[in-house]
Amino acid sequence: MIEPFQYEFMRNALIAGIVLSGFAACLGPFIVQRKMAFMGSGLAHAAFGGVALGLLIDFSPIITALFFTQLVAFLIVWLEHRSKLSSDTIIGVLFSTAMALGIIFLSMREEYGADAFSYLFGSVLTITFNDMPLQFFLLLMAGIVGSGYWHRWAYATFDRKSAEVELGKKVRSDDYALAFFIAFVTVFAIELIGVLLVSAFLVLPAAAARLVSRSFAQMTLLTFIISAISVVVGLISSYHLDAPSGPCIVLAQAGLFGACFSVGMRRG
Amino acid sequence: MSVAISVEGLTVRFGDVTALDNVGFSVEAGEFVAIIGPNGAGKSTLLDVLLGVQKMESGTVKVEGLDKVGYIPQRKDLDKRFPAKAIELVVCGAMGFWPLVKRKGFEERALRAMKRVGVDHCAEQQISTLSGGELQRVYLAKSLVRDPSLLILDEPAAGMDLAGEADMYHLLLDYQKDYGATVVMITHDWEGARVHADKVLLLNKKVIAFGDAKDVMDEARLLHLFHHRGHVGESHDKEHYHD
Repeated sequence: MIEPFQYEFMRNALIAGIVLSGFAACLGPFIVQRKMAFMGSGLAHAAFGGVALGLLIDFSPIITALFFTQLVAFLIVWLEHRSKLSSDTIIGVLFSTAMALGIIFLSMREEYGADAFSYLFGSVLTITFNDMPLQFFLLLMAGIVGSGYWHRWAYATFDRKSAEVELGKKVRSDDYALAFFIAFVTVFAIELIGVLLVSAFLVLPAAAARLVSRSFAQMTLLTFIISAISVVVGLISSYHLDAPSGPCIVLAQAGLFGACFSVGMRRG
Repeated sequence: MSVAISVEGLTVRFGDVTALDNVGFSVEAGEFVAIIGPNGAGKSTLLDVLLGVQKMESGTVKVEGLDKVGYIPQRKDLDKRFPAKAIELVVCGAMGFWPLVKRKGFEERALRAMKRVGVDHCAEQQISTLSGGELQRVYLAKSLVRDPSLLILDEPAAGMDLAGEADMYHLLLDYQKDYGATVVMITHDWEGARVHADKVLLLNKKVIAFGDAKDVMDEARLLHLFHHRGHVGESHDKEHYHD
């Protein structure tokens, strides 16, 4: 079972996956309860526009992706507060626009865009030992930001009106903080699992946890546990089946979702 | 007695639609005020302004005790699929934010509040499994847990049966008496308002009448307010008049 983790690249992938699980626990329960499942996917596609811009101007694609997703995250919340459109419609408008821009940027490049497509699929196995300090810094940041905002995000998720009465304008600024944090995590996760699978990390473990949780705190903890187990199971199966690691992790998440669903059904 | 709520020339507009037009009234500390009006009369908007979560176009609003207000929202505003026990909601009221871990002191306080309103047996129950009446009582416990001097309630008896409604009035009246609290509530229970409230505000974007319940709630005025719809005098005709 532990044979794959004799290799350094697998151990690095495991650490990166656990970091991502920490992020999933910080954000997933809010994404699921606030019906924002489309947001992770939307921001990931928006990030692709940023990656393409970085490749076009020969600048760090991750930094341009970070700028792009933060801008789109701001616009999603800003338009939601100021228009009659629902957030899923706004996300649809913005991510299509960002994706179209990404394709235009890629077409403007003289070189073939194979490097851009590596961002679509990502690979957790390419994480190196040198990336570890950054991983730990990010995990620490997730813990600080997540624990700082958790109480207020949770209150506003259950009963926005009462939260506004008690917390005032913080509730609106907290919406921006949540969107910025999701955008940040999305860009970080793209390097690991790619644009196409990033929303799975933000939605699947939390959705599975919701099926068996009796409190929101429990849902947060279970999201981390389910996500971390998926990383371990996904990496081991990826090694033995010689299959891509990202999809194996996501399929492990889907398997755990199925298990939680049957437990939830039995409990009634 | 000191003035707890003072509203002068309050106007609120949503685009071209006027929700409240030059509304003015004042409530003395310790009074029980019922707000009555048809759908779209601006009742909830008025509460939002009092609570400080709705911008006004013009006017002056002063509310004492807003920093520790007890508030019951309409049930439709809640995420009923949120995974939480009833006691967590009341602990949230005591702490001012959602609890991540159990805190004994706050839990004891929450249980006392739940016992006061008769829902301590629901403490460990999931919010999603509570009946409408139980959820309203849990919310009442949440709003009372910090012993506020001001209670602002948006249809607190919605979803309750007649006995539950009567209980709710008694709980509110007892609390008002014991703590000298000011209570402002939207209600569709005309008879309850006539019997229990010190003052009634009849609202339909403008103040139709404001004063002692028995003086304000005459049949002609209510017929005018509700444009001859429904049956004036039948106190529990809620189906017709929900916001």
